[in-house]
Amino acid sequence: MESRSSPFLISVLCLGIAFLYLPMAVLVGYSFNASAMASVWGGFSTHWYTELLQNRQILGAARLSLEIAVLSSTGALLLGTLAAVALVRFAKFRGRLLLTGMVNAPLVMPEIITGITQLLLFVSMLQLIGWPTRGITTVVLAHIAFCTAYVTVTVQSRLQTADRSLEEAAMDLGATSFQAFVDVTLPIIAPALLSSWLLSFTLSLDDLVISSFVSGPRASTLPMVIYSKVKLGVSPDVNALASLIIALVGTCVLVAGYVVRRGERQRLAEAQSAAG
Amino acid sequence: MAATGATDVTHRQRRSLRGLVERHGRWLIILPPLLFLFVFFLIPFCFALKISFAEAALRIPPFSDVYSVTPDHKLHLVLSLANYKYLLTDEVYAVSYLYSIKTAFFSTLLCLLIGYPMAYAMARASKATQSILMLVIILPFWTSFLLRVYALEGVIRDNGLLNDALLWLGVIHEPLKIMRTTFAVYLGIVYSYLPFMVLPLYATLEKLDLTLLEAASDLGSRPWRAFLDVTLPLSMPGVIAGSMLVFIPAIGEYVIPALLGGPDNLMIGRVLWDEFFANHDWPVAAAVSIAFLVLLVGPIALHQHYRVGQHEH
Repeated sequence: MESRSSPFLISVLCLGIAFLYLPMAVLVGYSFNASAMASVWGGFSTHWYTELLQNRQILGAARLSLEIAVLSSTGALLLGTLAAVALVRFAKFRGRLLLTGMVNAPLVMPEIITGITQLLLFVSMLQLIGWPTRGITTVVLAHIAFCTAYVTVTVQSRLQTADRSLEEAAMDLGATSFQAFVDVTLPIIAPALLSSWLLSFTLSLDDLVISSFVSGPRASTLPMVIYSKVKLGVSPDVNALASLIIALVGTCVLVAGYVVRRGERQRLAEAQSAAG
Repeated sequence: MAATGATDVTHRQRRSLRGLVERHGRWLIILPPLLFLFVFFLIPFCFALKISFAEAALRIPPFSDVYSVTPDHKLHLVLSLANYKYLLTDEVYAVSYLYSIKTAFFSTLLCLLIGYPMAYAMARASKATQSILMLVIILPFWTSFLLRVYALEGVIRDNGLLNDALLWLGVIHEPLKIMRTTFAVYLGIVYSYLPFMVLPLYATLEKLDLTLLEAASDLGSRPWRAFLDVTLPLSMPGVIAGSMLVFIPAIGEYVIPALLGGPDNLMIGRVLWDEFFANHDWPVAAAVSIAFLVLLVGPIALHQHYRVGQHEH
């Protein structure tokens, strides 16, 4: 669909994008404000950044959140890929309906309900079998559970469109089904695996509600620390932290967008030369 | 001939071996996610159901035993319906439940009204612009949700950018009170979830066949009529998908009403949070969760299930 848009449509699009970006731009601006008062411009300063780098509470929480995000997204990638393979490749098995339900339910479940119910599970488990103590373990387990759903859905849709006959050809040439999957299908679904890992990583890093319920007293994740600071009002070091996160994410998304576009162009060129 | 026969045999052997591995090996694939989700996603609801029948108690964990084994090995079961009765008598639950539905509904509608023209303009841009616009819309999603709500606060608070600008321009003489109002909650939800509305809408509009619109206008349809008769019905899957992506998280939202809303913006997520962290009444919180699940999440899940089912057949 390509044709000219009316000025109305273009102005709504521009206003919408401005609406999405203005608050973030303002936040970045405030982060360089020398004054701790939000309403007063006290001149340009990188004071809050040096303050941030000395804030042990925030740095510790950031480290903990990164650890949790790496562990949960990797766990979710493994379980989610297995679930996707099971749902796409095995037409019938006992528990298929159960697995389908459990994979889709977290997507429509309010976080707060997932958080409360999982906390009740962990508390009851601790009472019954003495494991797990609330802290990093429980947060990782809870995050794996909801990230698995996102991985499964992403990988499942990619796997459905992957050409099965390539794998069959590899098997006719003597590969075992496992070899054929690893050598043929895995490279095809690799972009979906990468993007679902990144998605899980972001969801885990950003989660406040579930972590607040299932975490223990000594394991405050970054969103939990930010929330407790923000709840009390303006906090200049959170401005600096937010600006750093925006810069980091912005760079990553731009690089990823560039890589994807280059890949697409390459594939297009290859397809054209093959056709020619 | 003999040589081919021999390869045939090894081939068949390999095939039967493969069949054996496949028949039992597939449980190696199915079981890990099935068991994990069963234990850490499904079982929690059973515990929540159990604890919703318990009574709050001053101990760790803070609720009474639902069942216990007496010394003479008899199972002793105590089910208390008090929590559910409490949900019906204390009107804060019914009020916040309806208020959540109302807030989620109107913010979804706002997202749709703003998001539809945005997606439409995106779909009509050149291919190169489209991919840049996609990045622009997706980027906020990858930054932190919590920090974005906080960033919005920087614009709308009493001494924030919006009020400063309006005061400076002389449009107003006293700062507008936006923070801690219902309007701030709507603004927060629209700001946070607008990309979720735009992306599915864009995906359906982008695939739309323009020749249909041309046909409509050739047959004498005005542009607006052609939009209502052709474009809108064809983009319904995107409208539904986008609305679901906004409505579902909005209804259980905690952060936005807690940070931007006032004391009247009692959404169910906030009531649940307070019940848990401020009142420490776990059994009531469990009962609220179960009721929420049955009354709201259940119908949505069923709707999704049937909608997906319709697409498949």
